[in-house]
Amino acid sequence: MSTLLEVRGVSKRFGGVVANREVSLDVPEGSITGLIGPNGSGKTTLFNSIAGTHPIDSGSIRFDGHEISRLRVPQVARLGIVRTFQQTHVYRGMDCVRNMQISTPHSGDTLLSMLRESTAAETERALQLLDFVGLYGKRMLPAGDLSFGQQKLLEFAMALMNAPRLLLLDEPTAGVNPVLINGLVDRLKRANAELGITLLVIEHNMRVIMNLASRIYCLAHGEMLAEGSPATIRDDPRVVDAYLGAT
Amino acid sequence: MRKSGRGVAAAIAVAVTGLALPWIVPSITTQAAFLWLMILFSLTWDINGGQMGYNSFGNVFFFGVGVYACALVQRDSGLSYYAGLGAGIGAGALAAALSALVLGPAMLAIRGHYFAIATLGLSIVAANVASAWEYIGAASGIAAPLFPGAIGDRAKFFYYLLFALAVLTFLLVRRLYRSRLGLAINAIRDDEDKAEAMGLHTTRYKVFAWSIAALLLGAAGGPVGNLVGFIDPNDLAFAGATFGVWMVLMAVLGGKGTLWGPVIGAVVFHVTQELFWTWLLGWQRVAMGLLIVVIVVFFPTGILGWVARRRTTAA
Repeated sequence: MSTLLEVRGVSKRFGGVVANREVSLDVPEGSITGLIGPNGSGKTTLFNSIAGTHPIDSGSIRFDGHEISRLRVPQVARLGIVRTFQQTHVYRGMDCVRNMQISTPHSGDTLLSMLRESTAAETERALQLLDFVGLYGKRMLPAGDLSFGQQKLLEFAMALMNAPRLLLLDEPTAGVNPVLINGLVDRLKRANAELGITLLVIEHNMRVIMNLASRIYCLAHGEMLAEGSPATIRDDPRVVDAYLGAT
Repeated sequence: MRKSGRGVAAAIAVAVTGLALPWIVPSITTQAAFLWLMILFSLTWDINGGQMGYNSFGNVFFFGVGVYACALVQRDSGLSYYAGLGAGIGAGALAAALSALVLGPAMLAIRGHYFAIATLGLSIVAANVASAWEYIGAASGIAAPLFPGAIGDRAKFFYYLLFALAVLTFLLVRRLYRSRLGLAINAIRDDEDKAEAMGLHTTRYKVFAWSIAALLLGAAGGPVGNLVGFIDPNDLAFAGATFGVWMVLMAVLGGKGTLWGPVIGAVVFHVTQELFWTWLLGWQRVAMGLLIVVIVVFFPTGILGWVARRRTTAA
């Protein structure tokens, strides 16, 4: 498997706070890679650096061999990296179908192509994916009327509609009804296996991430503490210390 | 099926009323012409205000650019009346759209209330520049050239021009909202960060949508300047305190972010305003102010929003 995303020595500070110090990480193409760490360890900062939300202070981020650390958010997205948010971001005033219709890939879009209406094929795909995440019955509701968990599912479906090569998921199961979590994990795996989308997942739910990821990175205090298979990470005393606060 | 039937009925009703009005009640032709202008104002305002979430208090700037561009072409081009008017309207539309293309990338990068304040500044600056610039008549303004036809035909002629422009505007924005660009500007309104994260060319779409509004406002400037006959920089072209604010109010009153809301809002607002002038002379501005308060307090989601809410609570 070739490396799709290559993060090398990335540092990011906010004023005096070092959020990421010399962080390196590899995401092989086609994999599901996990990113864990206690609250405030710099996971979301790393996501923001990859997605182009803010510039990094030093280091390099390469996607499919191209340096992307200087690109802005929409440019990164058009290369095929889509991220979801910890707090949901959906188009609240639009119904679910319209949320999906506008989430098609935008790399080839011109003003002219935007003047046409959504095609039947696009709408069909939108409905399929809404069905895939279990929101078909809610498709005509404004996204703002959905519950938090349902909005997360919609956001996931929108990300799939965008057909990214790499999907960055920031705590996909947080706030989701425990009953639905197994179904969501199953869908993440299917998106990976059937649609060929590489996943990089931030997750606090250990059962979920151990079950999902083939390789896990653990951040603590902005530095990469450990990496390895789920079993290695689970048994690593440093990881246990970082979570339980032992010295 | 029933819905499209209703649309056809509405279209026929509007067409018949619009075409027949100057013949049925010729005495109000000018006021009726201004009704179509108000509809154009609120429809174009709603493109960015209602559908895109960028509340502009400066869209009257584009109207003023159109007014002046047309007047200057008519004054200086040496063309015959109708040719000069046609060229002037075209020039007005282009000049307004170009200014939106130039100003857009910088101004539309400002979000929320700051955008509203920046656009407010735009129309104030324009009014002051126009009042001081000798070439365009400074504070004494420009007089429109004499209409060559019969005296009674002048108002009718410009009435039909504005009627045609309002209908064109309605058809254009309806098409726009059905397109993927319509979805994109709605997405920008609801969550611009998300739209960026999904790879939308947000700046491009915002500037383009604003330019369409500017194009139509600029085109309307010429006919209005000629209908009124005298172009004052503060009272007509860059009338921020009247036209500039009314655009916002009419769209809010009818229901912003909807297709028909701005039309309904403009009709209700304009008719009410004309009635105030007729029946409450001397108090019309007080009544206007009260009406604005009533709109904002009791119809925050507009007439259409109010109707929709009553319907859902009734059902």
